[in-house]
Amino acid sequence: MFEVLFEQTADGQRYIDWLLSGLGWTLALAFFGWWIAFAIGVVVGIGRTVQNRFFAALARLYVEIFRNIPVLVQMFLWYFVLPEVLPGSLGNAIKQIPPPWGSFFPALLCLGLYTAARIAEQVRAGIEALPRGQAEAAHALGLGGYRTYRHVIVPQALRLIVPSLTSEVMGIYKNTSVALTIGLMELTAQARQISEATFQTFTAFGTATLIYLALALIAYQSMILIDKAVRIPGTTPVKDITGQELAETVQQVGPLPGAMEAAK
Amino acid sequence: MNSLDFSIIQQAWPYLWSGLLFSLALTVAAFLIGMILGTCFALVQHFEIPIVSQIVRAYIALIRSIPLILVLFWFFFLVPIVLGHLSANGRPIPIGATYTAFITFGLFEAAYYSEIIRVGLRAVNKGQFEACQALALSTYDTYRSVILPQVIRVASPIILSQTIILFQDTSLVYVLSLTDLVGAASKLAQLNGRLVEMYLAVALVYLVISSVTSQCVASLRKRYAFTGAHR
Repeated sequence: MFEVLFEQTADGQRYIDWLLSGLGWTLALAFFGWWIAFAIGVVVGIGRTVQNRFFAALARLYVEIFRNIPVLVQMFLWYFVLPEVLPGSLGNAIKQIPPPWGSFFPALLCLGLYTAARIAEQVRAGIEALPRGQAEAAHALGLGGYRTYRHVIVPQALRLIVPSLTSEVMGIYKNTSVALTIGLMELTAQARQISEATFQTFTAFGTATLIYLALALIAYQSMILIDKAVRIPGTTPVKDITGQELAETVQQVGPLPGAMEAAK
Repeated sequence: MNSLDFSIIQQAWPYLWSGLLFSLALTVAAFLIGMILGTCFALVQHFEIPIVSQIVRAYIALIRSIPLILVLFWFFFLVPIVLGHLSANGRPIPIGATYTAFITFGLFEAAYYSEIIRVGLRAVNKGQFEACQALALSTYDTYRSVILPQVIRVASPIILSQTIILFQDTSLVYVLSLTDLVGAASKLAQLNGRLVEMYLAVALVYLVISSVTSQCVASLRKRYAFTGAHR
């Protein structure tokens, strides 16, 4: 059933090469988008917990905006709207970026900033899960606000939230498929193109599905390994935001069973 | 670039409104299908019914691992072929983009709702089951009248958060060229060339609806947390 993937395409490649090039774009988008999201997410997540009202409000505004607009619409805003609202010469320069980079950079920006808002909420949950004594002890030792966060709060919070970041890793690689709406030929788009060129719908989408499944498995397993490596001995991790919300509300029904496993 | 002209939105509003109604209808239908199927999926796993529960678990793992757009394509291209094989003459039966959207979102969300309900079921105190046994309630009555109402109640903030995500995800039916809110805006933008105003208006509509409902969910959660403070 997979023979068709090794047949010649009109442009002299094989169909499997189309899929692999799609996989390449998907991975590039997910990988670089993740680091943008992680960097901004940590900063915004810290901002959500600081005393300074101005920064706290700014961080909250960021999360509200980027979490409450669909990824697809954000994709369109970066791709179609941004070049139009920027001053003429700059907007034109952006429009003239040759494909596929003209689609890749808006998609990268979009996924990075969108995922950052979600990571920020996880970081905030991690910071709030720390006992207050940690910050108080840091103050008692004469550490200022910056050094308290830098050396005491953030390192511990990040180690706590590794399991709940798994769903964000899974989220960003799945959301890369939205980039096909602005013309990036990533994995899903290539599968559709093969399906249209060969009428082998089942093979095309089946192969793409298998690749996504493999990616999910790799992402899931590596997050477990990372969690094992950095877990603070003797702590239970802050679970997925959903699990945590449930834990809060479930208290009226009764004590939670030990394994309040996050949704996954 | 031309200066922004938001009066265009006023003219376009009836069409955008019909698109928004479609988005909302899709959200409600997917919510209902997803909750009913999701509850069944969760119960199948809860009772550990052999074979069926393994199939359900595999289905959920699969759905949670692949992008929604790919699921939409699966259903859009494959369901007609599968239906064709089942029918007498063996020809593909096209079901159309609208039905595809409703079926896909219902089945897709079922996987997510079922995970929420499954975790909720495990959180119910054992005493509740024991009390039902002591009252000689049948298994059906136990779940129908005692267990599930509690699960739905405690899980309602997460179920609602998931539904807000579902509402945002319905925008992806754009890839099937349907006229939801985004679809309506992009079709109008192609006609009148005012895509800046169109997409900004759409973003604002989503932002307002999603953040207002998220606020409601947050206050709902606070209220439950308060009534639960009897430890």
